[in-house]
Amino acid sequence: MIREFGAADIVYLIAAARWTVALALTAMVGGGLLGLVVAVFRVMPVRPVNWLAIGYINLIQGTPLLGQLFVFFFGLPLVGLSVDSWTAAALSLSIYASAFFGEIWRGSLQSISQRQWEAGAALGLTYRQRLFNVVLPQAVRISVAPTVGFLVQLVKNTSLTALIGFIELTRASQIISGATFAPLPVYLTAAAIYFVVCFSISQLSQMLEGRLRVAR
Amino acid sequence: MDYQFRFGALLRFTDEIVEGVLLTLQFSVVTMICGLIIGLLVAMASTGRVKALRVAARVYVESIRNTPLLVQLFIVFFGLPSIGIRLGANTAALIALSINMGAYGAEILRAGFESVRQSQVEAGRSLGLTVGQTFRHVVLYQAVKAIYPALASQFVLIMLATSVVSSIGATELFNKAAFIDSRTYLSFESYTLITLSYLVLTLGFRALFAAIYRLAFVRRAHR
Amino acid sequence: MSLVELRDVHKRFGQVEVLKGISLSLEKGEIVAVIGRSGSGKSTMLRCVNGLEQVQAGQIIVDGIEVTAPGANLNLLRQRVGMVFQSYNLFPHLNVERNVMLALRLVKKIDKQEARRIAREMVAKVGLGEKVLAYPDELSGGQQQRVAIARSLAMQPTLMLFDEITSALDPELVGEVLRVLESLAGEGMSMMLVTHEMNFAKNVADRVIFMHEGRIHEDGPARDTLLEPRTAELRSFLNAVLH
Repeated sequence: MIREFGAADIVYLIAAARWTVALALTAMVGGGLLGLVVAVFRVMPVRPVNWLAIGYINLIQGTPLLGQLFVFFFGLPLVGLSVDSWTAAALSLSIYASAFFGEIWRGSLQSISQRQWEAGAALGLTYRQRLFNVVLPQAVRISVAPTVGFLVQLVKNTSLTALIGFIELTRASQIISGATFAPLPVYLTAAAIYFVVCFSISQLSQMLEGRLRVAR
Repeated sequence: MDYQFRFGALLRFTDEIVEGVLLTLQFSVVTMICGLIIGLLVAMASTGRVKALRVAARVYVESIRNTPLLVQLFIVFFGLPSIGIRLGANTAALIALSINMGAYGAEILRAGFESVRQSQVEAGRSLGLTVGQTFRHVVLYQAVKAIYPALASQFVLIMLATSVVSSIGATELFNKAAFIDSRTYLSFESYTLITLSYLVLTLGFRALFAAIYRLAFVRRAHR
Repeated sequence: MSLVELRDVHKRFGQVEVLKGISLSLEKGEIVAVIGRSGSGKSTMLRCVNGLEQVQAGQIIVDGIEVTAPGANLNLLRQRVGMVFQSYNLFPHLNVERNVMLALRLVKKIDKQEARRIAREMVAKVGLGEKVLAYPDELSGGQQQRVAIARSLAMQPTLMLFDEITSALDPELVGEVLRVLESLAGEGMSMMLVTHEMNFAKNVADRVIFMHEGRIHEDGPARDTLLEPRTAELRSFLNAVLH
């Protein structure tokens, strides 16, 4: 049944974009928690733990996300887990995000000068006090803008889950495109929706960067 | 878990994988070159005097960077035929990848040229070097050194991103996973093997780029 | 017993021996200026005194605490020994008042009201009473350094260490920082300061220690040592810095 691309289809695409956002948010939370572990493993003064973290980061950042998606999609059933594309998508995007968050946060942590640690030590602060009251508050401020900036990547990358059949904005566009035979307006509409979401996040990131550059 | 992994059964596809690797590298290199040419033009437009060009450059960069490559690819491959532009999968893939890379290339190049201070140009000119000589001997070396790391990591990113073009049937490495899968019904093994092949490429190129950097920039700086 | 006691202290960074057997003592209320070329080990020695650097051999005892003993309570030591650095090292995310309050609250467990009162008093003492709510990046280098001094003083240390605290300052800002040190000296504070300000050393310090290639080369009363150096090395050093 062929029909015209109309307002109803635009509404359908916007509705599908909810799943794009839901997936990105899930990966943000899951990847954020896992990313904390990665960052801590990366800076802990225990060599084998560092190597583990470096290996993990290299594995994730050195392979295509599309490959990771397919590996999870086909691999999860083999270990007796559910076959649905949401699980595979959420899990692999979380893992993907964790490697990037881990690196961003490690960089922020290590960008705080050794002198700040020393100044804390010279005042008699314990290691924990130096970490939580001197170094982390500064590191968190530095990491906010790149962290939010990475969310743009995350939102865009949710589109790849269309290829393992998860129905989000891109998969929905494929479906509408097939039903209306109007691929150009459909995909341009999808692009516009992505743009609105991503551009807003980009602007937010830049605003935060400007506001937080004055280190306080 | 009772599943028996059978990676051994994939050994006979070595030739396929090598072919896929070569095709992916071909895609990556051509994308890099075309993207940098587009990027150079866009960088010039965005720093130029003509307001309309500056605006156009910014619209281009922002719209590419804030939309997924996959959707850009679909627009080129599935969308353009409806206005009469019919492209083969490989051509469409190259065009989409290059347009995508152009936006990132523009930012990298702009940052590179901005990294060379005006005072360096003045120093060169005050020594009696011509504009051309100053550019070639003073600006270019420093600019290339400044953008090299970004270009190197961009190449790896492009290489990984080319996997996406398998979705429109362009022939490259990731496509081989589906091919091997279709011949063996070993989906997990096929995709794992191909995914790890990218890891080998990534690590190899990172090492190569680091070696080139040491050779081209570090020794010379200390000589 | 002396407030500070160093006995044959050796310190290496990798293969390089920076301190080659330092012995010295500092009495309560004494002001010792440490001078010498860059690389002579003077800053390293100062950093060893409050345990920021670990030594390979020798003994350091400060206010009854053996710094070099394994498991020494360095946090307790550092409550009693204030240190001010060349690069100020204020906490950029905290305003002046909260920079000073941080250790009072966390280390001394003083309640907020009282910590704030002490902080304001100390900041006023270094002449920055109107800047208590400013952030470090809104202050000049000289002002930041005075806040750093106030931050250390607030802990009521028995000894203050100053590591080239005017070296990073523009010349016109050096005076305001030195005046704070002078008033501290007037109050009888024990101090050890690494400095390039020879006039200040001559007029304010009781003693001058000249370090050369990881050793104490001369050690004597400030005026005499600076006006009549006994060794050729100190003479040539003074010639280089004074002319």
